[in-house]
Amino acid sequence: MLKYRMIAVIFILAGIALGYFDVLHIFSPDSIFAKPFKLGLDLRGGVHLVYQADTSQIKPEEIGDAMSGLRDVLERRINFFGVTEPLIQVEQKGILKTIGNREQRLIIELPGVTDVTQAIKMIGETPFLEFRTENSSASTTEQDFNKLFLPTDLTGRYLKKATLEFNQTTYEPTVLLEFNDEGGKIFAKLTKENIDKHIAIFLDGAPISVPVVREEIPSGKAQITGQFTPKEAQTLVQRLNSGALPLPISLISQENIGPTLGEKVLTSGIRAGIYGLILVALFLILWYRLPGLIAVLALMIYTTIMLFLFKLIPVTLTAAGIAGLILSIGMAVDANILIFERMKEERRLGKALPAAITEGFERAWFSIRDSNVSSLITSIILFWLGTSMVKGFALTLGIGVLVSMFSAITISRTFLLALGAKGEDKFSKFLWA
Amino acid sequence: MGIVKHRKIWYTISGLLVLVSLFSIFYFGLNLSIEFTGGSLLEAEYQNSRPETAIIQNKISELKLGNISIQPTGEKGVIIRSKNLTEEEHQALLEKISSTGSFNEIHFDSIGPTIGKELTQKSIYAVILVAVMIILYIALAFRKAGKPVSSFKYGLMAVAALIHDVTAPIGIFAVLGKYFGVQIDILFVTAILTVLGFSVHDTIVVFDRIRENLRKNIGKDFEETVGLSINQTITRSINTSLTVIFVLLALFFFGGETIKYFSLALIIGVFFGTYSSIFLASPLLVTLYKIQTRKIKKA
Repeated sequence: MLKYRMIAVIFILAGIALGYFDVLHIFSPDSIFAKPFKLGLDLRGGVHLVYQADTSQIKPEEIGDAMSGLRDVLERRINFFGVTEPLIQVEQKGILKTIGNREQRLIIELPGVTDVTQAIKMIGETPFLEFRTENSSASTTEQDFNKLFLPTDLTGRYLKKATLEFNQTTYEPTVLLEFNDEGGKIFAKLTKENIDKHIAIFLDGAPISVPVVREEIPSGKAQITGQFTPKEAQTLVQRLNSGALPLPISLISQENIGPTLGEKVLTSGIRAGIYGLILVALFLILWYRLPGLIAVLALMIYTTIMLFLFKLIPVTLTAAGIAGLILSIGMAVDANILIFERMKEERRLGKALPAAITEGFERAWFSIRDSNVSSLITSIILFWLGTSMVKGFALTLGIGVLVSMFSAITISRTFLLALGAKGEDKFSKFLWA
Repeated sequence: MGIVKHRKIWYTISGLLVLVSLFSIFYFGLNLSIEFTGGSLLEAEYQNSRPETAIIQNKISELKLGNISIQPTGEKGVIIRSKNLTEEEHQALLEKISSTGSFNEIHFDSIGPTIGKELTQKSIYAVILVAVMIILYIALAFRKAGKPVSSFKYGLMAVAALIHDVTAPIGIFAVLGKYFGVQIDILFVTAILTVLGFSVHDTIVVFDRIRENLRKNIGKDFEETVGLSINQTITRSINTSLTVIFVLLALFFFGGETIKYFSLALIIGVFFGTYSSIFLASPLLVTLYKIQTRKIKKA
């Protein structure tokens, strides 16, 4: 029994520690252990956009590259907003179809963005690649690239493609640019006029490379050599190739959530959780008395474990996810109820209390296992059905089912055994209901 | 003992319930949200007072966006539903609304028809998949309870009860959709799937007890064993559902608008789920057993 008491104390201390960690970010956000919950779009406010990419014009084997190129372009554009934790992901529709026939989509989530019009405009806009020449009238101390270089007619519109090559002798990475006919002519003219001067390549208004022109280039091909690492060169090539969106995209779905709505949803979710917990606690204590109290204690530890896991994994909390957690609180005690009812039954059959406790746990196990498996099946399928809202619910419910098997069985059994009740006098008969 | 004995009463009640539900589903139809049908939904709140719906309607109709439904919500809020809008149309719509008074856009969804179709398809697959997995799981878990009723039939009866459990909330939501504009959205489907998973809990608890009592040869025949098993487990069936209903009530009353009807669907589902696992699933096993023995006697 001493052993059970020690373990029980450890459970309680662990519960307190976890609970402390769960709320630490509210009281001392600067602490190194403070980690806020990850809130979903519906709780933080923001924009959820779904774009469809038109892949009809490219070869099936190039779709993968084109989509990741598209993703990169959009990611770069979105980073201009300074959005924290944007989500940009490629999604393919139609499981049974071959890659070429699948619909290719991009899902973009921008938490905290309220100016949707601006966001949509910036995402949809063609990224701007341009070549600029030195501004001879700029002062020599000028630091601003926008003043050092003047725009020319040559833009990404004329770029046919960029490729990465390595110099045969020095193994230096080189980026090759190939313009189309019209671009080639402009480029020839530009290089002719700017020999031994810099030409700056700007992407979305920021210089990405400033090579020196060595001679006139009539071929419509340019190369950028510089002090890149191969990786940098490769990134540059990818960026140049995706300078213009590699695929036309169209917005097929959007969802905007105002920040006030998100906040309201969060506070009402928390409030519902607290009330729900209190109701369940009252019921358990009134109906099962001492064992009920222990179930409540186990339930509180359960809740701290759940919140801890949400931070650790991390689980993105949505309104539905919070609902899943609250529902799981109601379901977590199911196992306890099954056990306690079984205990009562064993005692009615004349078994002594310690034996009834052991029997109760042992006999109830099969129905607990079987019924929890059915909830797990549902959670997994729901996760698969998943829009982000449903996924949040399925995840919290699924984790809840797993954790509750531990809390309702291991934790509450330890507590019950730690009490070491013999339970034959009137008072303990009352306590054990 | 009474529950199994009076099973015809429960069958009648449940049969009527399913019939009425089916009737309301087909008669009223389902008020599907734009997640399934595609379309746009804009929720706005006026800063001062909300103008008459007709005034807003008038302004918006200038845009020729097709069918527009305007629904007042709360004190100053309004929900505007329309076909799937492009961003330009969305902006034009916002402009029209602002000409009726200054407001805040709280929420805007625009969902293309392909996404809606996909979600509908996926939802149907998911419901079927859950049902099939549950039959298989129960058949597997009860494989040793093979006599006198085969384990596969336990699974089948559990699913018969499940069909009953989900028909009722869908029927009630058809009525709510007709008269209160409550929509069936992806959260409703989630609720239905959750009910499927949960209501089989209780059924399993009773079946588990039947399995145990059969092993111990309790009860003079199958009917009595089942009756005793129900009596022994009825308190825990009700109590486990009660705790769930408690938290759901808290969600319904305090959880906010987003999940209000989600919790309602769950409450209805859990209620009927508990009812069916006590009054339907196990008595059905007895009926099935009787049909089976009658056949054997005849043969």
